[in-house]
Amino acid sequence: MDYLLTERQVMIRDLARQIARDKVKPVAAKDEESEEFAWEIMKVLANSDIFGIYIPEEYGGLGGGVMELCVATEELSRACGAIALGFAGTALGIYPILLYGNDEQKKKYLPDIAKGKRLAAFCITEAEAGSDAGSIKTSAKKEGDHYILNGTKQWITNAGEAEVYTVIAMTDKTKGARGASAFIVEKGTKGMDFGKKEKKLGIRASATREVIFTDCKVPKESLLSKEGMGFIVEMKTFDSSRPGVAAQAVGIAQGALDLALDYAQKRIQFGQPLSSFQAIQHMLADMATQIEAARALVYSAARMVDSGAKNISKESAMAKVYASDVAMKVAVDAVQIFGGYGYMRDYPIEKFMRDAKITQIYEGTNQIQRNIIAGHLIKESLK
Amino acid sequence: MNVIVCIKQVPNTTDVRIDPVTNTLIREGVESIINPFDTYAIEEGVRLKERFGGKVIVITMGPPQAETALREALSLGGDEAILISDKKFAGSDTWATSYTLSRAIKHISTFDMIICGKQASDGDTAQVGPGISTHLDIPQVTYVKRIEEISNNKAKVERMTEEGYDIIETPLPCLLTVVKEINTPRLPSLKGMIKAKSAKIIKWTADDINCDPKNIGLEGSPTRVVKIFTPPPRKGGEILKGDTNEIAQRLAESLRDVVI
Repeated sequence: MDYLLTERQVMIRDLARQIARDKVKPVAAKDEESEEFAWEIMKVLANSDIFGIYIPEEYGGLGGGVMELCVATEELSRACGAIALGFAGTALGIYPILLYGNDEQKKKYLPDIAKGKRLAAFCITEAEAGSDAGSIKTSAKKEGDHYILNGTKQWITNAGEAEVYTVIAMTDKTKGARGASAFIVEKGTKGMDFGKKEKKLGIRASATREVIFTDCKVPKESLLSKEGMGFIVEMKTFDSSRPGVAAQAVGIAQGALDLALDYAQKRIQFGQPLSSFQAIQHMLADMATQIEAARALVYSAARMVDSGAKNISKESAMAKVYASDVAMKVAVDAVQIFGGYGYMRDYPIEKFMRDAKITQIYEGTNQIQRNIIAGHLIKESLK
Repeated sequence: MNVIVCIKQVPNTTDVRIDPVTNTLIREGVESIINPFDTYAIEEGVRLKERFGGKVIVITMGPPQAETALREALSLGGDEAILISDKKFAGSDTWATSYTLSRAIKHISTFDMIICGKQASDGDTAQVGPGISTHLDIPQVTYVKRIEEISNNKAKVERMTEEGYDIIETPLPCLLTVVKEINTPRLPSLKGMIKAKSAKIIKWTADDINCDPKNIGLEGSPTRVVKIFTPPPRKGGEILKGDTNEIAQRLAESLRDVVI
């Protein structure tokens, strides 16, 4: 389908596709097995200016937006959903600064991110605060010109590898969600430590760790926006970043279909290729149609975010929920087409199924997304 | 350090079609790319610039559409691009092409090194690089797989041979042709691609570079392609049997028959 991409978006898509095919694909299985972070790919992305595609030109980027972010994330995820996260997770970590940073904060952090010199991570989730982001316990206490952070964040994508962290912490526990604030903390700050690397079902080449703050002292200039804005920063960041997760899901689904289509034409049973059986043909047709529908929704949501529209939560949630459900379904079907071989770890397809699962869970579970969508539906109907 | 890199736009296929009447390459209907061997020349030029400063000038002789190859070379790190294009160049063989390129290079003020790919993937002659150096009367080293060092106006390079490699020292300016072992070409950068899109391509005609009309195009090409054909596949060899003395005797006789 022709999505009428701009000349520059086509350039980004083609380059990301080339990187995915020539650089990511050959190392995906190895990095999955070793669970090592793909720094060599991050370097390739940095040298190709991919890290700067969604960052304004005045801060050293190429001036694109969520649409550009989605196009690149999708292409990289087509080869490996885990390696793509080094890039997409950085976008999630830096969006709070893009949206709420003052000029000084932007000047300090964005150019290095645009160049790919440093990666970023977003720290919200805690042991007892997952979907219920309002129950965050990490605290930030103001003392003179500083804030003192205490608490433990868990399952943080890019943790340990990234150098710039945006952290949601409570500055006033009595106010509940309105007592949350957002901070920028740099790796190496005294009192900031990392827990062990988590062992995961999928996206194994992506680094996931705890981030532990013990009397971690940060200057008051690290505060993003104002005290009490933490929850808003978080919600608005997710509104912008969800199409990115959705694009990762579309990429994983497309990658799974690519493999299944290729296999169906090569695998001979009953004297003919699998692709000659209507049962398989219909599966492939449904997979391709669902992916196209997901892609169309993701691009529409991304363009809506970039248009500067005010209320994007519903559409952004729709793109995330739909694309990730499609990714899971398509990946399961792709494994089915591979049959017994699909269940074997010697074949690349089972990885897509494990990688797809996370897209239904992180950046707000799909149940939370549906809450958001329904909440807006009802609110709109009452107007 | 100023480096000139000579590139050629070639069809993106190993299945080269030849016009049966003119015996020249058919370019129509095939996607064009930078000759793969030339991408190593561009990369090496850009690396030298990054090490020693200066600039990389990319030059090609070809039809107007060869401009796309030059823009791609700019996106890969080239600083200036020159397209030598003129209807008068049509039908040039390797002699006329290397003469024309050498005229263009003389037109560029100063340079320290010329780098070419070892050969083009369409014609496969490997003659143009050495031809340019001969026309310019500068030293050449072919099949270079590593530039060891450049100092005191000299370059020390490794030339690949079938058995290993030679280490050769040459004064500058010189011409190198490079093999794919020399480096891994980088991917283009988005900023490079954007810059290359609007970059100015310098265009020179035969008159601009003072070509002698007798030396260019079909008229300046001493090569006459009489016939193009695929050599017949080799027939299976003969295996000699019997005792060693007898075999040696028969082998010697057969060799004598073939050679003499």
